[in-house]
Amino acid sequence: MGRTDPADSSGETLRGSGAQALRVEGVRKAFGTNEVLRGIDLSVASHEVICLIGASGSGKSTLLRCVNLLERIDAGAIYLDGRPITGPGVNENLVRRQIGIVFQSFNLFPHMTVERNVTLAPVKVLGLSRAEAAAQAAVLLDRFGLAEKRADYPDRLSGGQQQRVAIVRALAMRPRLMLLDEVTSALDPELVSEVLDVIRELAEGGMTMLIATHEMGFARDIASRVCFLADGQIIEQAPPAQLFSQPADERTQRFLRRIVDAGRL
Amino acid sequence: MADGLPDLSARRSRLLGTGERRGLAVSSASTVIVLAALVLLFLLAPGSRAVRHTFFNPADMWRAFVGDPAKGYYSVGEAIWLNIRMFVVAEILILILALVVAVVRQSTGPALLPLRVVSTVYVDVCRGVPLILLIFAIGFGAPALSLRFISSQSAAVYGVAALVISYSAYVSEVYRAGINSVHRSQVAAARSLGLTEGAAMRHVILPQAVRTIIPPLLNDFISLQKDTALVGVLGSIEANKAAELFSDTTFNYSSYVVAAILFLLLTIPLARFTDHLIARDRARRLAGAGQ
Repeated sequence: MGRTDPADSSGETLRGSGAQALRVEGVRKAFGTNEVLRGIDLSVASHEVICLIGASGSGKSTLLRCVNLLERIDAGAIYLDGRPITGPGVNENLVRRQIGIVFQSFNLFPHMTVERNVTLAPVKVLGLSRAEAAAQAAVLLDRFGLAEKRADYPDRLSGGQQQRVAIVRALAMRPRLMLLDEVTSALDPELVSEVLDVIRELAEGGMTMLIATHEMGFARDIASRVCFLADGQIIEQAPPAQLFSQPADERTQRFLRRIVDAGRL
Repeated sequence: MADGLPDLSARRSRLLGTGERRGLAVSSASTVIVLAALVLLFLLAPGSRAVRHTFFNPADMWRAFVGDPAKGYYSVGEAIWLNIRMFVVAEILILILALVVAVVRQSTGPALLPLRVVSTVYVDVCRGVPLILLIFAIGFGAPALSLRFISSQSAAVYGVAALVISYSAYVSEVYRAGINSVHRSQVAAARSLGLTEGAAMRHVILPQAVRTIIPPLLNDFISLQKDTALVGVLGSIEANKAAELFSDTTFNYSSYVVAAILFLLLTIPLARFTDHLIARDRARRLAGAGQ
């Protein structure tokens, strides 16, 4: 695999329009002696929705944090739209404004209203005027049923509402790619669906997404491709129908059997 | 006895159903009784007369308050203004310098390493050296340098410089504790949106940090208000020095009581204000958690 031209349409994608949005090549990452990623290769086409599944500790979250440059990779390379975003001379702030990430624990800014949470980065990073940013925020908040929460502080919102605000906050930067890191894991069960609905709507709108999730049913519905991770490697990747019904690798089979036994698929 | 009364009044108000007014009356009465007892005890104690004459003589207190330069002593009431001015100027400079030191110490960029080392050494040294030593060293040392600008300042300026140097080291640690109290995930959230390290610090970390450190910060400033009295050792006529000159001249020490009362008038409101902020913060947090 060499460098890719952004216009190059190589891909066995289902929904992708062809152009490669993200490519991860041989990425390794260790925390001390604990090697969390051991050579990850993955490419994501525009408009593709990739779900990463696997047990806790398999490296899903670390991979997302590496793509967002919140963690520095030890080896390998990552390309966004064909341009390398790892290695020397990369302006990580420029990269990050094109990649939105939503965290398991929401991480809204507690000292700011919902509107300020959503407009902070567009104003400070993209240089929008406050009025422009507020208008854009109003449209997004309205679209996701949060219009009435505009002036509230995060601690007055439910978990589901907070997570939807966090998604809107990332969307307000008009990212090229969205990374979702187990965004429903911290939610009460009855609040999960409102967040999944938002993600579904984004997928229908053509947003390119890389999603780490424990929600297998959701992954089956939404993903163009599902990647199973174990021990810091992608063991198997396939369209969800195939991966969930005929997993090829023995480890994937074992993982899915446990999920089924737990009644979660 | 004073402890038992409010309990009793609470029980009684429940019994009689007359509510708060009765409780208030009982607690006022008990307060008056206790205070009266203390005053009586003071008046009847052996040596009370001498103590009252030396420390609480109203005529001498008034004389110390208004001062009489012709007789060799200055007004304590006027001198306290110097303490207030020193306090206000020092406080502003401390807030700025301490913030700079704290942010530098928290920075992660490799290019800032020398500054990190300098600020760490500064905090270690200036927290470890007695304030009075700094005041002497700067107040008497700077004029001895015979440098044009530095050596020609007033004693109050040297005193403020020493206060700023010493207190900024403490206050920078308060800032740093506040910065560290903000969860790392907040930094991740800010940086993931493309904010620079500086912008994340300014818009996300510091506003949250400052909220938690206001009470300890005000506590340090109460201490600073009192420590302005130390500058008197350089000969500045601040309240404590004025009181000392009065007692040197008249052999009466009521001037110190006057100075003490004036200091209390400054520090107690600040202490109550601190309590108020803590209570308000707690109420707000409870309200937030209740949702």
